[in-house]
Amino acid sequence: MDFSWFKWLMFIVAAALSIVGSLMMVTRRNAIHSALWMIATFIAIAVIYVMQNAQFIAIAQIMVYAGAIMMLILFVIMLVNLEKDSVPERKFSSRKFTGAVITIMLFFEILVIATAYQITGREAVYSASMLERTGNVRVMGSLLYGQYLFPFELASILLLIGIVGAVILAKRKKE
Amino acid sequence: MLQDIPHGFYFILSGILFTIGAIGAITRRNAIVIFMCIELMLNAVNLAFITAGNALSSMDGAVFVFFIMTVAAVEAAVGLAIFITIFRLKGTINADEVNLLKG
Amino acid sequence: MADYIWLIPFFPAVGFLINGLSCNKTSKTFVSWVACGALFFSFLVSAAIFVNFLQLPAEGRIFEKDVFDWIVSGELAVRMGFKIDALSVIMCLVVTGVGFLIHVYSVGYMHDDPGFTRYFTYLNLFVFMMLLLVTGNNLLLMFVGWEGVGLCSYLLIGFWYEKDSASNAGKKAFIVNRIGDFGFLLGIFLLFVSLGTQGVWTLKFSEIQPNAHLLSVPLATAITMLFFVGAVGKSAQIPLYVWLPDAMEGPTPVSSLIHAATMVTAGVYMIARLNFLYSMAPDTLFVVALIGALTAIFAASIGFAQYDIKKVLAYSTISQLGYMFVGVGVGAYAAGIFHLMTHAFFKGLLFLGAGSVMHAMSGELDMRNMGGLRKKIPITYWTFFIACLAIAGIPGLSGFFSKDEILWKAFSSPHGHPGIWLLGTVAAGMTAFYMFRLLFRTFFGECRASDEVKHHIHESPKIMTVPLIILAALSIAGGYLGVPHILGGGNRIERFLEPVLGPPQHAVATRDMSITASAWASVGAEEAAGGGSLELILMATSVLIGLFGIYLAYLFYVKNPELPKRFTERFRSLYRVVNHKYYVDEFYEAIFVRGLLKVGGGLMRVVDDGMIEGSVNGTGSLMKRMGGIIRLIETGYVQAYAFGIIVGAIFVAGYLIMKPIM
Repeated sequence: MDFSWFKWLMFIVAAALSIVGSLMMVTRRNAIHSALWMIATFIAIAVIYVMQNAQFIAIAQIMVYAGAIMMLILFVIMLVNLEKDSVPERKFSSRKFTGAVITIMLFFEILVIATAYQITGREAVYSASMLERTGNVRVMGSLLYGQYLFPFELASILLLIGIVGAVILAKRKKE
Repeated sequence: MLQDIPHGFYFILSGILFTIGAIGAITRRNAIVIFMCIELMLNAVNLAFITAGNALSSMDGAVFVFFIMTVAAVEAAVGLAIFITIFRLKGTINADEVNLLKG
Repeated sequence: MADYIWLIPFFPAVGFLINGLSCNKTSKTFVSWVACGALFFSFLVSAAIFVNFLQLPAEGRIFEKDVFDWIVSGELAVRMGFKIDALSVIMCLVVTGVGFLIHVYSVGYMHDDPGFTRYFTYLNLFVFMMLLLVTGNNLLLMFVGWEGVGLCSYLLIGFWYEKDSASNAGKKAFIVNRIGDFGFLLGIFLLFVSLGTQGVWTLKFSEIQPNAHLLSVPLATAITMLFFVGAVGKSAQIPLYVWLPDAMEGPTPVSSLIHAATMVTAGVYMIARLNFLYSMAPDTLFVVALIGALTAIFAASIGFAQYDIKKVLAYSTISQLGYMFVGVGVGAYAAGIFHLMTHAFFKGLLFLGAGSVMHAMSGELDMRNMGGLRKKIPITYWTFFIACLAIAGIPGLSGFFSKDEILWKAFSSPHGHPGIWLLGTVAAGMTAFYMFRLLFRTFFGECRASDEVKHHIHESPKIMTVPLIILAALSIAGGYLGVPHILGGGNRIERFLEPVLGPPQHAVATRDMSITASAWASVGAEEAAGGGSLELILMATSVLIGLFGIYLAYLFYVKNPELPKRFTERFRSLYRVVNHKYYVDEFYEAIFVRGLLKVGGGLMRVVDDGMIEGSVNGTGSLMKRMGGIIRLIETGYVQAYAFGIIVGAIFVAGYLIMKPIM
């Protein structure tokens, strides 16, 4: 059975959804709307991860990004943004305009690199069929608890410090 | 019989998302939206990592993305706490109105 | 035993650290126990080494030990090493022994001073540095000690720094010493380089000595002259003696320890240590002897007209140091060291006695306001009297033996000269005169002090008088170490020092005897006198001259107190010149100090204000202006920074694109 047309379809849909979602996220004036579009974008990107044989990352993307981080952002928007729903119309800023133009220049450079780029380097052992046999999460787990144990532990300490830091920063000082 | 999707496509998608995120980060005023744009840029980079890893049948890309996501989570927690502090201090989180770093 | 020689300087260093780091938190009792204990242990170690030496054959009397590497760089390798031989063990015994007595005395003398702890800290540091100077086995370590004692001298002269005169005297001592130290340092450089070019890169005494023959005579003369410049500064000889009289601003025990007994004799020690170099350079030796003799007589003459008892003693010290230089200058190193030792006893005693007098007189120093103290402070009087007899060279006391040894050597040694002997002998008579002038005016006659002071006169406590008595005993007994052959003695100290200082130059002396004897004949003595009887005659002459000086002083200040006044009336201008110390200070002030100030002022305006300050300020304002431009970029808006990052990313990406093309 040839599923490659389905792959193409999935890719086009997911890519379009992620581009549209991100565009909407950037352009919405209401921050809540931005955040909702952002969730859509994340989910679309998660789909693309699945197509790239990265199931574990895809799940983590949905749980960490679309779930936890966006939830946090929504909370903060509600904490901070209050009812100032519509930000007053900003005036045209030449600095921001040049910034946008230059960023588009950067995009073209990226485009050149992406099309001209030939992947070099040795093939590793984690081919799609191998992952299918062993299971993506299992491979990921054995890597994180084996070869990458030390950075993994460091990451846990980083998270702990992040939590403590966030609590200390956000704590209301006693008057 | 269609070809498998070439890796270049993924890279181009990654570039598009990155650019959108960057433009948003430069032009938007709301600090939270800027923050979301940065998250989008991170995602674009993650996508590039995953693509490259997949192309080489390697898991290193995925492991790398895992750590980036960890950092992003910490960044979100701390960053949002900073926004709250700034909001308490200044009464706004508009990036145009906060210039505490001015030399 | 050799493994423990580093303990000698170690104990005072520990005492210094304990007292220095205690920050005035400890009690005075503790401080004095630490300070005196450190000295006592050092003395014990020195004494143990000395006793050990006596049991060894003369050639084996050298302990040398390198403790650790200090500076190792290319050809230069300096090790922290100590060396004890016959010469340094005598120095160690004098420094720690006399130093210990003076420490004990100081406990009583400084008891009510608020700077008690600071005082003993400096004193211990001084002893440490002095011991480093005498025990170091290389020139650089010796130089460290040399500078260190200079530093401590500065600190202790200016001990009462709230007094202007004291802090000025400290500065003067330091700066004048610096001139000498500069010469000393140049000497080290020259010696190091000139030996190095011969293939012997070393600063160690034990390696310099066997290679000294590699030096040519002019080179040896230059090196020894430079070293002698250092000795002139440190040991207060003409023309750099001016700091020593002013140094009397410090506490009296300091004058006793540093400016009489130990530090100022460092120059003599240094010449004796480097005797193998000096013996190669007869010209330098002649200069050393001449400067010594001139200083001896010059300083003695100033001592005539001073009224401050400590000043008199200071000039006397300068004069006696001159004797030591005469001794080493005529090649009689052992005689110089012998006089150094006896001088440490009796001059230390004189200063301590002066301190005791001051203590009794509520701090009075002017002998015009004293008199009649004989009955009131008998212990001080008797010990002072013994010291005066010793310094005047009365037979039977230590000063007689050492001084006559020097004078005899000045006459008889191949490097000697009857003229130098004559200067020395006259200076001996002058010494007797001014010392007894001091004694008579202070202890005899009517008490001229005010009633209030008179009421308070009292003998010093035991802690001060016991060191006086011990030093008085040493002033008598010390001389018997070096009884000359002619008086039936064995001159033991000379024999003891022989392995270091070389054999005494008797043999040569007899060869030259006919010449010197004929020179003597012209003065009018017995022509037929052989070597032995000549020595006796010279001895008798100097004793007679000394006795004459004492008699003169008796005549002037006891028998007929009106005489000095008439005398000064008669020679008013001469008296004024001498009283003002020949206006040397004023001369130096006008020529060197003013001149330097003028040059310095000019340099300050042109170089400092114009060039250096201009360039420094210019750099500062340039930076400020550039910063003012750059700070415009720092808007404080995060998006501006993000923009900057993206511009940077463009360049990086552009580079990556261009790289394969280029």
